[in-house]
Order: sequence, then structure tokens, then C-alpha cells
Amino acid sequence: MKLELREITKRFGDFTANDAISITVESGTVHALLGENGAGKSTLMNVLFGLYDADGGQILLDDEPVTFAGPGDAMAAGIGMVHQHFMLVPVFTVAENVMLGHEQVKGPAKMLDVAAARAKVRELSDRFGFDIDPDAIVENLSVGAQQRVEIIKALSRDAKVLILDEPTAVLTPQETDELLEIVRQLRDSGTAVVLITHKLREVKAVADTITVIRRGKVVGTAEPSASQEELASLMVGRDVSMTVDKDEAQVGDTMLEVSDLTVVDEDSQVTVLDNVSFEVKRGEILAVAGVQGNGQTELAEAILGVIAASSGSVRLDGDELTGRSIRDNLEAGIGFVPEDRTEDGVVATFTVANNLILDLYQGAPYSRRGAIDPKVVTSHAEEQVERFDVRTTSIEALTGSLSGGNQQKVVLARELARDLKLLIASQPTRGLDVGSIEFVHKRIIEERDKGVAVIIVSSELDEVYALADRIAVMYHGRIVDIVEPDTDRDTLGLMMAGAHGDEEEAA
Amino acid sequence: MSDRKKKSGKPGGTPGPEGVDAPDAGEAHEDSASASASRTDASAVDSTAPEPEGAGGNAESAAVEEAPKSQTVLREILESSTLVVIMAIVASLAIGGILIVFADEQVREAATYFFARPGDTFSAMGDALGSAYSAIFQGAVLNFNADTFAGMIRPFTQTLTMATPLIFAGLGLGIGFRAGLFNIGAQGQLLIGATLGAYVGFAWHLPWGIHLIVAILGCALGGAIWGFIPGFLKARTGAHEVIVTIMLNYIALNLVAWLLTLEAFQREGSDNPITPIVDETAQYPLLLGSGFNLHWGFVLALACAWGVWWLMERSTLGFELRAVGANPHAARTAGMNVSKGYILVMVIAGALAGLAGSAQVLGTEKVLTTATAGSLGFDAITVALLGRSRPVGTIMAAILFGGLRAAGPTLQVQAGLPVDIVFVIQALIVLFIAAPPLVRSIFRLPAPAHEKEVAA
Repeated sequence: MKLELREITKRFGDFTANDAISITVESGTVHALLGENGAGKSTLMNVLFGLYDADGGQILLDDEPVTFAGPGDAMAAGIGMVHQHFMLVPVFTVAENVMLGHEQVKGPAKMLDVAAARAKVRELSDRFGFDIDPDAIVENLSVGAQQRVEIIKALSRDAKVLILDEPTAVLTPQETDELLEIVRQLRDSGTAVVLITHKLREVKAVADTITVIRRGKVVGTAEPSASQEELASLMVGRDVSMTVDKDEAQVGDTMLEVSDLTVVDEDSQVTVLDNVSFEVKRGEILAVAGVQGNGQTELAEAILGVIAASSGSVRLDGDELTGRSIRDNLEAGIGFVPEDRTEDGVVATFTVANNLILDLYQGAPYSRRGAIDPKVVTSHAEEQVERFDVRTTSIEALTGSLSGGNQQKVVLARELARDLKLLIASQPTRGLDVGSIEFVHKRIIEERDKGVAVIIVSSELDEVYALADRIAVMYHGRIVDIVEPDTDRDTLGLMMAGAHGDEEEAA
Repeated sequence: MSDRKKKSGKPGGTPGPEGVDAPDAGEAHEDSASASASRTDASAVDSTAPEPEGAGGNAESAAVEEAPKSQTVLREILESSTLVVIMAIVASLAIGGILIVFADEQVREAATYFFARPGDTFSAMGDALGSAYSAIFQGAVLNFNADTFAGMIRPFTQTLTMATPLIFAGLGLGIGFRAGLFNIGAQGQLLIGATLGAYVGFAWHLPWGIHLIVAILGCALGGAIWGFIPGFLKARTGAHEVIVTIMLNYIALNLVAWLLTLEAFQREGSDNPITPIVDETAQYPLLLGSGFNLHWGFVLALACAWGVWWLMERSTLGFELRAVGANPHAARTAGMNVSKGYILVMVIAGALAGLAGSAQVLGTEKVLTTATAGSLGFDAITVALLGRSRPVGTIMAAILFGGLRAAGPTLQVQAGLPVDIVFVIQALIVLFIAAPPLVRSIFRLPAPAHEKEVAA
């Protein structure tokens, strides 16, 4: 089957989201749509999927023009889509989710034919090696497994074209590799795969054809053999350096000393941090690597005091931090960039100006004797927005209306507004586009060069390599080992899976 | 990933009416992919922002700001909740009108021979509506049939008197709503406050001036204590404030009923559950002389409104409370003490509800009975919601409700309609403001951005 989009145009008012975009997808190939957040990739796919009406252009299946009034039509024509945010019912089983919307009944009582759905799931799961139990409850599955359920759902409806919208945004590196393997298998079995992404490595790993979209226009096509730099500059529209320029770290004396830190989750009694000990010195970046969910988040939160330590100690510049309030620790000189910025970093319904003082409002000059000084808040906000190049219509705009990258700049601007001793940044560039990643990395290195001790928690190995002066690898709540940044990817990958480094060493 | 993360995890999904820089706005449209596509189209009109070139800076942001300004202002007005609120009131009065028509005797009489002379029915309808709304106006705002100026403005002063307890309690509830607490307990807090204040008023005999102040403080203290309990339980144990405050309302009512059986609370030589009249020294002085019921409690309520505005908009404490209400996780991560915030909010809300009680026992009624609270505590919830939890809005909403109540008797006497009509109108207003999309679809107003995301 051949799917062709010809001169698709989609406008929202005066804003042209898609400007005469043409792409062709053939069976048995992987076509990557590469572009930054907001470039118009998802709009294009929503037009294809019948969610939006195009203002111009045609969709052709095997050279026959077709129109889709809605997702139902598109699915009937053999187009399946896996959305970035999964469309699954969490309390249903895999089989129930797969049959949802296509329920088959049997017998005179018209009972749901769950057995048929179960068999279908098992068949597809076996054929592609998905390892999915049809009777598992979806909410108990890992994110990667849920995504495979979405793929099974599409395949069970005989999708000949499978659209994956930012499929790796929510996956760990391991799961990403597994997904790319699945994509290859699907391609080999004759499915046409459209991969929407802004991640260059994946594109290079799996795509047969690459179409780069920028601001609603096709700005070029590329071969997978093109270098990451070439792809990035096509995508962003200017030269981008993929490596972060940094000088040798000027390491000073010890700033943070964590010894035997243990955290037991109060509800589940699970030990999430197990006798963790390490040091961070002034002027160095310690990157904490590991597969998501191995204690990195808890480590960052326990240092600040968001979660309480069960035992062990955390000393910042000689002062014990455990048992103190979050505010005391922030005032002691910790800058904290939380992992989930929309949840923990900003108040979406507050203005940019107010978010910029979210942990500064308590003291002078922002407030005096309990009264906030709006003039100082305004001038502070204007200054920070300028300095961090936050793209917002005004400092009075609601922070929730900003893009993820700009929200992250707000958090970073706020945290770096104080004199810091220690900066903890969890997943500082998650979901950001190439331009913003470059910016955030530069700022973090600037802090390091000012003599701040920096801890970066990241599940992106690229980021770990770009920033780290030393790398701590975590597995099951322990630090497997702390290694130099010249350790190769494979070794690091093995350590992230728990190999290497025995338990005595970790303790 | 939990649901809340999925919802809040799409910052780009809320295209601000300001028209964020173009690429981001584009993302927003991509994100709100769903059946609400057509509505997305409507909102997209304001994304007229010129495309920033390359990675430029603030020069472009400034340009972005200027371009769609006129449109933005219009859209803000259209999207504002205030308009929805006003439209909810309009819709309620319209439906109230239908009920008035059918409740009117002349209309029903004329309807029996509708097919013979339909004109009679319609003119009766017109008469009914006219007299009902003119009765409401005369009862609540201006009695143009009165002989004296005092008589003419008396209805409006009565409206303000009725509004006073609603302003107090509504302000307290509004603080709670903005801090993320759904406090249903104003009724109980008001009663306990009124009890303490009334006791101080009739049992202690203090000098002029001091007596009133102590009695007012007693009211505030009583309410604060009753507010502290659910706040403390929520902060310490996570007990849900809705359930706790509802239950505390029952406890308060029955506690007062029991207290009124005690000799200490009863009039000498009487077994009736009613307290002695509070000393004159403990009563709010009348504001406009003896011809009017309006008392200084109204002025105190306005002062409290200003205080609440300052607290919420200007103080560090209010900043904290708003942050806790809007996103407790971010507030906590930023070093705020969420538990302390919950307790404080409930104490302040309770104190204000207690002051609402003072408007009753030290102002209009001067005695404590089990009926002192009436339905004030619940009406105050509506007032706070109608006023969008802002002080000025709360005052306006309280005056509206005060007016409807003040108009009740006139409606009955002049138009011969049941007083219950005003309660129906009140209930309809609540119904409409609780369902903004309903109002919006009736009046064809565009949906605000944040609700679109929820729909998406």
C-alpha cells in the first residue's frame, strides 16, 4: 500500500500550521517526520487521521484520493495511530482494551467474545515478540508495555500504515531500543511506519526516509546517513552544536557529602534508597545515570528534604540537611530543578512573574514584613525573562500557556537567581527541543564554572555524557559505581542493568 | 504516569489568548487533537503572532505582544467568567419569569379560556411579570411609591443589611476556595461564633465600646475554633474537609440546641430556647439612625473585604495560600508549608464566618436561637462562587442575594406571589454558574482555553 499526502495545508486563523506539505509513505519502509515541538508534525498526522479538516491538499491511498471524516474512517482504511498519550482504559485488561470499539459478540445472548480478542492479542504478541499477557490489567504494565498494547490495538485492526507520535518521549533508553527493534520488525513484515519525533538518534537508527519539517513547511529530506549536526541544523534552521563546550572542571573541596542515605517508602515499606554514599565537590558535575525508577528521583528529593531520610546523613558544606525543612535547605543554598516541572516546578495558573518568585517571595527585596512589593517582582521578572530568553507575551501571561522549554527556563531562572552552593537538576531537558536543550546545558555549565557543586539526574545518556565530570550509575536504589565520563556506552548500559559493582562496594 | 500528570503534562495545550510565540502556539494546536477540533479552530484565530525568525529574542516577543491586542481584549472580555456569571443571572431571571407567570393566579384563570380569548392570558402574563419584577425592584432597591426620601431608600438599606453576613462568610469561603479547600462549614462556624459572641453580649456587662469589641472578637474566635478543627484534621490526617465540615455543621447545630436548654442561655423565667437580648453596649450601632436597620457591621464587612484583598493579593501569606491552592506539589517543592497553609485558611475562614454570626446576634436579631444561622452558611457558598472568590465579586454577589431576600416580603404583598420564587431564582443562579458550558452554549460564548484542554 502506498500512502501519499499531497500539498496538505492546514491553517488555524492566520497561523499556517501546515503549508503545502507533501510526503509519500510506502509499504515496508520507515518514514521519519523530524521537527521541533510545534513544527506542525502532529497537526499533519491529525489531518491524515481525520481529526482536522485540511484547508487544502489531498490524501491518496494507492493513488486513489480519499477523505476521512474521522478516526473511524482512517482506521477502516488501514491507518493506525499510536498517540503520545495513550488511549487505554487503565482498569481494563489488555484484551478488553484491544477489543474496545470493535467488540465482537457470540451466542444468542450476545456475550462479549473476550476469548477471540485474547487469541488475537496472543497471536500478535507472539509474532512480534511483544511479551504481552492478554489478561494483564493495563495500569499494572510498564509504560513501554502499554505502548506495545497500543501497537497491538492498531495491528489488530489490520493497520497497513502505523503512525507513531513521539513514541520514545516516555520510554527509558532500554525500552527505546526495544521499540526501535519492533519498528524494524513491523517494517520487515510489510507495514509502513511513520515515526514522528525530534530525536535524531532514533531517526538515524531506524528511518529509511527522513522528512524535516520546520514551521509548517517541509524544509528538506535527508538520508539516514546524514550526520546529527546536519539534521539538527535543518530542523532548527541554524547551526547547532551537538556537543556542549566546556572546559576542564576546576574542582574545589567537598561541598556535598552523602553517607549511608537510606529511604524507606512509608506506604509500601519498599527501600527506595539503600545506603547511598557519595561526594560532590565544588565546580564539578556529577551525573546520576540509571533506568527510570531506580532511586534517582528519590535521591534528589531526599537531599532537598522533599522526602524524609530513614537513616544516613546529607551534609552541605558541613551542615547536616536531613531533618530540616525544605525551606531551610533551599535557603542554605540548594537550587532544585524538579523532574516533573508542570507538577512540581511551576504553578501553571500563576503568572510568569509570580512563578519567578515562587521560592524567593519570603525575603527582601521581594517582600518586606509580610507584604510583597509588586514593583520589585515586576522588575525582577522582566530582568529574568530577558536574561533567560523566556519566550512569553508578557510577564503577566499564565505560565501554563508557555511551551515546555520556556517553562523550564522559568524554573531555571528562578533557581539560579540565588547564590547557590549546590544545584540539583532532574531531567533538566526532558521534552525540550534542540535549541532549548543547548541553552539549558550552557547555563548549567556556567553554574559549575562559578564553583557550584552540580548534580544532574538524567535518563538520557547523551545528556549524561554531555555534562558529566563523573557519572554515578544507580540500580535498585543503590549506586552501582561512580565512573569517569570516558566510560563507553555499553559498559554504562550494563551497569544500568545492575551488572558490575558488587553490593559491598555500593554500600 | 498518573492521570493528573497526563492532564497537566501538556503545557502547550493551553494556548493563551495572548498568542504565544508562533511555534509554541502551533504545538498547542497539535496537542489539543480531538473531537473539539472545531473549537480549537475558533481559538486559533488569535494566534496571529508573527513568526519569530530563527532564535531571536525579546524584540520579537514585544512585537508579538502588540499585534493582536484589540482582539485579545475582546476575547478576554468574552472569555471572562464575569460575563458568564452575569449571563447566568440573566438566564435565571428569565426562567424565574416563566415560573412567576405560572404561579400567578390571574394568568391561570385566563388560561382556562385561553382558546376563546388568548389575549387575556398574554396580558395577564405581562401584568404578572411586570408586577413581580417591579415588586422585586421596589423591595430591594428603591421604593418609588414612598412619601419620604427615607422611605424610598429604605429597601436598599435593607438589602445591604441582609448582605452583611453574606459578605463576611462569603469572603472566608472565597479564601478557602482559592487555597483549594472546599469548606462547607460556614454554617457551623457561624453558629458557634454567634453563640460565643451572643454569650459575651448578654452575660457580660462591660463598658460601652469595649463590650462590642469583645463580643465581636468572641464571634470571630468561636468561628475560628470551629474552622481550626477541620483544618487541623486535614493537615495532620488527610481527613477530607468537605465531610468533616458537613458533620461539624450538625454538631454545631445540635450543640447550640442543647446549650439553649440550659438556664445560663435562657431568659429569666422562660423555658423557650431563646437567649436574652444582648446588651445595647454589645450591639452594632445603627449606621443611618433609628429609621433604618443598617448597622456598622456592614462597614466592618467592607473593611474585611479590603483586608482579604490585601491578604490574598499583596501579602506573602496570601501568595503561599494561592500557590498551595493552585498546585500544592509545586508549593511544597518551593519550600512552603502546605499543612500550615490549610490550618490557617480554615481558621481565617472560620473567623469570618463567625463575624457573619456577629451581624446576626449583635446586629439584626440581637438574640441567639437555633435559627440564627438560617441558610446563611450555605448561601455564602453560592455568594463566594458567584463572586469568583474575589472580594469585590463577593460583595456584589452578597448584595444581589441580600436584595433577593429583602424583596421577598414585597413580592408576596404586592404581587401576591410566593416568597419561594426568590429561592428558586437563587437556586437557578447556582445551577447555571456551576455549569459554565451550559451558559456559554445558551449565549454562544467562546470557551476559554483551559476548559478546552479538559475537553480534549
